[in-house]
Amino acid sequence: MSAVMITRKVTRKWEKLPGKNTFCCDGRVMMARQKGVFYLTLFLIVGTCSLFFAFECPYLAVHLSPAIPVFAVLLFVFVVAMLLRTSFSDPGVLPRALPEEANFIEMEIEAANGNVMAGQRPPPRIKNVQINNQIVKLKYCYTCKIFRPPRASHCSICDNCVDRFDHHCPWVGNCVGKRNYRYFYLFTLSLSLLTIYIFAFNIVHVVLREYRNIFEHVVSLTPHCTVLEVLVCFFTLWSVVGLTGFHTYLISLNQTTNEDIKGSWSGKNRVQNPYSHKNFIKNCCEVLCGPTYPSVLDRRGVMLEDSTRPTPSDASAASTYKSTNPVSQTTKSSAPLIPNEHTPEEAKPSIGAGTQKSTSSPKEEKPPSPTSPNAVAPAVIKESAH
Amino acid sequence: MVLQNKEFHNLQELRHSASLANKVFIQRDYTDGTVCKFQTKFPSELDSRIERTLFEDTVKTLNNYYAEAEKIGGQSYLEGCLACLTVYLIFLCIETRYEKVLKKISRYIQEQNEKVYAPRGLLITDPIERGMRVIEISVYEDRGSSGSSSGSSTTSSSGR
Repeated sequence: MSAVMITRKVTRKWEKLPGKNTFCCDGRVMMARQKGVFYLTLFLIVGTCSLFFAFECPYLAVHLSPAIPVFAVLLFVFVVAMLLRTSFSDPGVLPRALPEEANFIEMEIEAANGNVMAGQRPPPRIKNVQINNQIVKLKYCYTCKIFRPPRASHCSICDNCVDRFDHHCPWVGNCVGKRNYRYFYLFTLSLSLLTIYIFAFNIVHVVLREYRNIFEHVVSLTPHCTVLEVLVCFFTLWSVVGLTGFHTYLISLNQTTNEDIKGSWSGKNRVQNPYSHKNFIKNCCEVLCGPTYPSVLDRRGVMLEDSTRPTPSDASAASTYKSTNPVSQTTKSSAPLIPNEHTPEEAKPSIGAGTQKSTSSPKEEKPPSPTSPNAVAPAVIKESAH
Repeated sequence: MVLQNKEFHNLQELRHSASLANKVFIQRDYTDGTVCKFQTKFPSELDSRIERTLFEDTVKTLNNYYAEAEKIGGQSYLEGCLACLTVYLIFLCIETRYEKVLKKISRYIQEQNEKVYAPRGLLITDPIERGMRVIEISVYEDRGSSGSSSGSSTTSSSGR
């Protein structure tokens, strides 16, 4: 008999996550499904800057200063890094409730609502909580089967509840939420600076050239690329600088775009923003210099399939768990929830086997996000090959 | 309130001889805003299983850990500014403060499970595995004594 090497493919949790996200690089990269506009953004930035470096920089470096292209390169690298960081990271997606948690919440709701007459609509599922002496309503999400935490919202494009949901940005191809808002802001800010920089030096280049031409009685046509760059920068300026200004205003008030659009904290008879520190500096510091929140989606965690990979310690426990808990087994097949609901099996080996699994899961979340700005070329190549 | 005499001396016994009876979910406490904090209200399902003070101590310690992780002060500013200057590449080399605290939390939960909860037939799941939304406490019953003890936990859960 020949020994056949069967390489069992490891199933990672990202493959079974509900929601309409696409994942790349084995779960390290997380984006929305529609990525066309993101490619356009990347093309515009890289294209315009390439033209700038190819045609303007040699002239400017010689006739003005070599620091000009150097600073442009630094700014360009920062812009692309922030764009990729915003696009590829988890915005703060809240995982859906597992069946037991969903049932627990349902029971609480039913107990709170009391008896509903037949034919009558049940009351809307809202929980009132007091935050900093203001009453805030928490809505129930029927898709994720949870009461959304304050400031969270369900993105219909990505089909996920996102914590501190700002908006879904097609230009970056991802939602903007708690975890990637500061990268998004830094992206718009640095892109504004880059656009102004290129625009300004294009004008300088044109002026210098024409001045020399007049001086030396030479006729030359301003290169077409300069005109193209000026056009792109002009239109970008209005939109991006405006957006940066808008987000600076939101940050100073500690508001999200979602709250601003809905008018949650404005108008009469409405609650005041309970999250604002009423201090511009404090609000900015909290949003931009706050802690870096970890992703609670364990994308790269390995799925433990009981049927395919019975580990010695789990086999007996798995069979006893399934036989005594038929409710969870039937609900497992119905809803598209994360099927990894075997809490006792997961928790037990991690506790019994000396902290290996539980400490490895937060560690696994560390490599995904930081590698995204670093792996610029490989990530883009892998994505195109997908 | 008399605690039943449990036969679970360690987690291995819990794994092999017990069956899951119920799960209790400790919800988030949003009174201080969006910081991660859990309610310290003692759930009625655990009334006969664990002393109130032990439970409250566990939740309060967890809340303190999360407050430490999310504290906005000198260290977080330094971390933020340094990371921004290095285009966030510094996170390839060092761990963020939040991740360090999360490790401390998982060690603490493991220790609490071993010393306090497993001997009482309970098991705490790290909130990070539930999206930091709830602290899930699994209530186990010894398969031998299924009659009396399971009654209290199942009836009290519906009336909550």
